[in-house]
Amino acid sequence: MATDISKLVETCSWRDLTEGMQIYEGGTSAKFHTGEWTAVKPEFDAEKCVQCLLCVPVCPDSAIPVSDYKRGEFDYDHCKGCGICVNACKPGAIKMKGVNK
Amino acid sequence: MAKRDRLSGNEAVAEALRQINPDVMPAFPITPSTEIPQYFSKYVSDGRVETEFIPVESEHSAMSAAIGAESAGARTVSATSSAGMAYMWEELYLASANRLPICLALVNRALSGPININCDHSDSMGARDAGWIQIYAENNQEAYDNMVQAYRIAEHKDVRLPIMICQDGFITSHAVQNITLLDDEDVKNFVGEYYPEHSLLNPNETMAVGPYSVSNFYMEARRAQAEALHNAKAVVKEVADEFAKISGRQYGWFEEYRMEDAELAIVLIGSAAGTAKDAVDKLREEGKKAGLIKIRMFRPFPAAEIAEALKNVKAVGLMDRTESFNDSCGPIGSEVTTALFRAKKSCETINYVYGLGGRDVRVEDIEKVFADLEDAAANGTTETYRYLGVRE
Repeated sequence: MATDISKLVETCSWRDLTEGMQIYEGGTSAKFHTGEWTAVKPEFDAEKCVQCLLCVPVCPDSAIPVSDYKRGEFDYDHCKGCGICVNACKPGAIKMKGVNK
Repeated sequence: MAKRDRLSGNEAVAEALRQINPDVMPAFPITPSTEIPQYFSKYVSDGRVETEFIPVESEHSAMSAAIGAESAGARTVSATSSAGMAYMWEELYLASANRLPICLALVNRALSGPININCDHSDSMGARDAGWIQIYAENNQEAYDNMVQAYRIAEHKDVRLPIMICQDGFITSHAVQNITLLDDEDVKNFVGEYYPEHSLLNPNETMAVGPYSVSNFYMEARRAQAEALHNAKAVVKEVADEFAKISGRQYGWFEEYRMEDAELAIVLIGSAAGTAKDAVDKLREEGKKAGLIKIRMFRPFPAAEIAEALKNVKAVGLMDRTESFNDSCGPIGSEVTTALFRAKKSCETINYVYGLGGRDVRVEDIEKVFADLEDAAANGTTETYRYLGVRE
């Protein structure tokens, strides 16, 4: 039974699957754009942001990148639009917007 | 040196588990399997095994904990019966799909209702499509021997599937018989240590168990799982052959009893085989060519081999200790008939429902089956789905 997850593509044979569909690697969700299907997304206003970083730990998808103690733009490839960060943002620097609006 | 002892089926299985010394046992009591975790938890308290015993709050939790423990890399066992197994239902399928070689000591008991605590096979037969290997015992010795062989089958690299070691409630689980036990050391060496290639507690590898499979993968995942169950067939035989070397007792996929020249035969599972063998002996003394097939391994199902064993039979009684409520046949009835059809073998078949909810099966009952078969062989029959031992 193969254990190389790089073989797990949509054209692979059942023989190439891992045993029990187990994944032998960490952080593999980074390779999949799990935020594609959301209809709404949060928008970040850098002017209002005080860099308190309270939005970062509440994000269930680690979709708020931080570097040098400052948050950056949302990672929309992985943000599912749950809106929890909006609630955590006291200065009102995050607003939910419809994707097509 | 092997030693003789008189043990109930539950004691025999608990004794085998003591010798195996598994890593984890999550269990919840339910009649008639309660004694297995009861005896075993005493071994834990007395320091005779190193097992982590988890007294969970339900069977749903027992199998969930077993899945967690086995994923972590621990050799895991649980025990249950009837409604307890029904409450594990969802987890049974997860255990097999996640390819976790958990062992379940199943003591067969009727499913409610009406509520009943006695033997039939409705619990495990209901779970026959859950992806587990199923091994059945006729008596206490077989229950013990099957348990000793369980992990060698389940953990085999070509298999990696959960296994049910089944015995008949009360008839086997509570009746005391003289049986032969292997030395602790022999069992330990036979079963061996468990070193899974992947496990959640492996510090050198990150791993995810049970991820979601979209439609593009689910069907391939099921196909791969079916291959593992197919592989179990050869492994069950290999392990049985190796077990024969340390025990002198030879097992296979099924037992053929006086089948050499049999023209009338019955196929059944479990403790009724002892009674049926007496009936076969009696009929043989009367010059009738009667024989019996006792299925030991029901999953995977040895279809072609059973059809081959029945090739010279004129009429066969297919004995189901469960009611499938499909107005046609029970599991043994359906699968053996399919096997015969595919082997282009045509003979009279009568499928009997018998022994439900602990209904006694006597030698006279089995003689009645053979009388029916004799009549069917001579005159044919359209009455192919019958009840045995029911008040009309």
